[in-house]
Formats: sequence, C-alpha cells, structure tokens
Amino acid sequence: MVSSYRGYRAPQGMLSWALHRLTGLGVLLFLFLHIIDIFLVGYGPELFDELLFIYHHPAFVVGQLALIASVYYHAANGIRIIIVDFWSKGYKYESQLFYGAMAVFFLFFIPTAIIMLNALLNEL
Amino acid sequence: MSSNRVGREKPVGSNFELYSWYFFRISGIMLVFLAVIHVMVMHVFNTAFDIDYDFVAARWESPFWRMFDWLLLIMALTHGLNGARIAIDDYVQSAGWRVVGYSAILIALLIFGVMGTLAIVTFEPQ
Ligand code: HEM
Repeated sequence: MVSSYRGYRAPQGMLSWALHRLTGLGVLLFLFLHIIDIFLVGYGPELFDELLFIYHHPAFVVGQLALIASVYYHAANGIRIIIVDFWSKGYKYESQLFYGAMAVFFLFFIPTAIIMLNALLNEL
Repeated sequence: MSSNRVGREKPVGSNFELYSWYFFRISGIMLVFLAVIHVMVMHVFNTAFDIDYDFVAARWESPFWRMFDWLLLIMALTHGLNGARIAIDDYVQSAGWRVVGYSAILIALLIFGVMGTLAIVTFEPQ
C-alpha cells in the first residue's frame, strides 16, 4: 500500500488565504509610497525626473516584479473567492478553481516578468 | 457548508460588516480591470524606463486617464485600507490599540486620498 503521507503541506485554503492577506497588505504599503512619488510630479520635471533613478535601480526593478506578482496573485485569487461566494456549486470545485487561479497567475506573470527583465537588461 | 467557503463568510447581523463584505467584492471586480490595466500599460506595453515627467504629462493630457487613475486611487485605497481594518480586527486584541489602529487607517485614508486627488486634479504641465 502506498502511504498517503507526503510530508508537511499547508492545506490549499490556508495557503491561499495567507498569501491573499500578505499580498493585499504588501500592495497597500506600496500604494502609500506610490502616492507620495506621484504627488511630487506636481513640483515639476527637475525634481521628478531626478527621483526616477530609484525606479531604474536593478534592486527596485526586482522589487517591482515582486509587487506585480502580488497584484496578479491577489487579483486571480480574489476572483476565485468571488466565484465561490456567488456560484452555488463553486464549493464543489474549490480545488479546480484554485489551480485555475494559479494557471491565470502564471499566464500573466511569466510574460510580464520576461518583458520587465528584458527591459532592465537592455538598460544595463 | 460554511466550512467550505474560501473567503470571509457573508456576515449576518451587522449592516456595516455586510456592506464591507459586498464592498470588497464590488471594488475587487473593478480593481481587476483598473489595477491590471494599469500594471500592463506601465510595465508591459511600456517599461519603467519609458516613464518620466513627459510621459506622465502626455498621459494626463487626456481626461480619460486622469479619471481612470483617480478611480484606481480611490478603489485601491478604500479596498486596501478596509483590508487593513480586517487585519487589525484579527491581530489586535486590546481595545486601546484597536482605537489607535482604526485612527491610523482613517488618517491614512484622509492624507493619501487628499494627496493623490490633488496630484491628479491640479496637475498642469510645465
Ligand atoms: C486586483 C483586483 C483585486 C481583487 C479581485 C481583490 C479581491 C479581494 C477580495 C475578494 C478580498 C476578500 C475579502 C474577504 O475576505 O471578505 C480582498 C481582501 C483584501 N484586499 Fe483585495 N482585491 C484586489 C485588489 C487589491 C489591491 C490593489 C489591494 C491593495 C491596495 C488589496 C488589498 C486587500 C487587502 C489588504 C485585503 C484583506 C485581506 C484579509 O486580511 O483578509 N486588494 N481582496
């Protein structure tokens, strides 16, 4: 008989919930920063263009990649939550919906990551 | 059935929590379009290296994009801060610290809402 033990695994529901909260709060934190930098646009091109070196720094580009992964994950998983809430049979397909959301996530994230890293390498 | 739910269970008994529950979902659906289109326009169709003052100025020539950006600002801020409120409810037990937390959320809503709105509405290219 094959044992069903597969080592420690977080149940899908717990993992997806923890990631949903983490990505939501992470994106909110970035939103605060982003409002401040866009506020500075009002002070004219010298100041704003001077500050953009931050966004062009390789470390920040990688940070943006993490931020965008967070947005895509939170969006795909959020839609999954909404489907299960409003579709009466949704709960029967929870596992499939979770893998579906992950598929949507990678479908969007992989091309985005390639394009962003390509742009970075072209600038270096 | 409730044990099968993935999201927060639809609240009963409190109108505020019920509205909050609906608001997460309605603003969430709007944000799928607003936030994902924003990310794609800025980082896929353009790149971070194309964006500078002139880029922003050209974009905000159009009332459509000013409106789009303002909607994104308000939806992301209210949806995100409402989420922060839920996290405070979960993690902060003492009544005093909860008041501090809720106050911080309201202050953040006010300050960032005003800063963001001013930036979008008062922008004039130089
Ligand atoms: C892109 C589209 C988005 C969708 C579809 C979406 C959807 C959702 C949904 C359905 C919830 C669940 C609330 C519940 O458990 O009742 C939620 C929670 C949350 N969202 Fe979003 N959201 C989106 C964008 C954002 C953005 C841009 C931010 C940050 C500014 C954000 C921050 C949060 C936070 C902090 C929570 C609370 C999570 C928790 O602690 O339970 N969301 N979202």
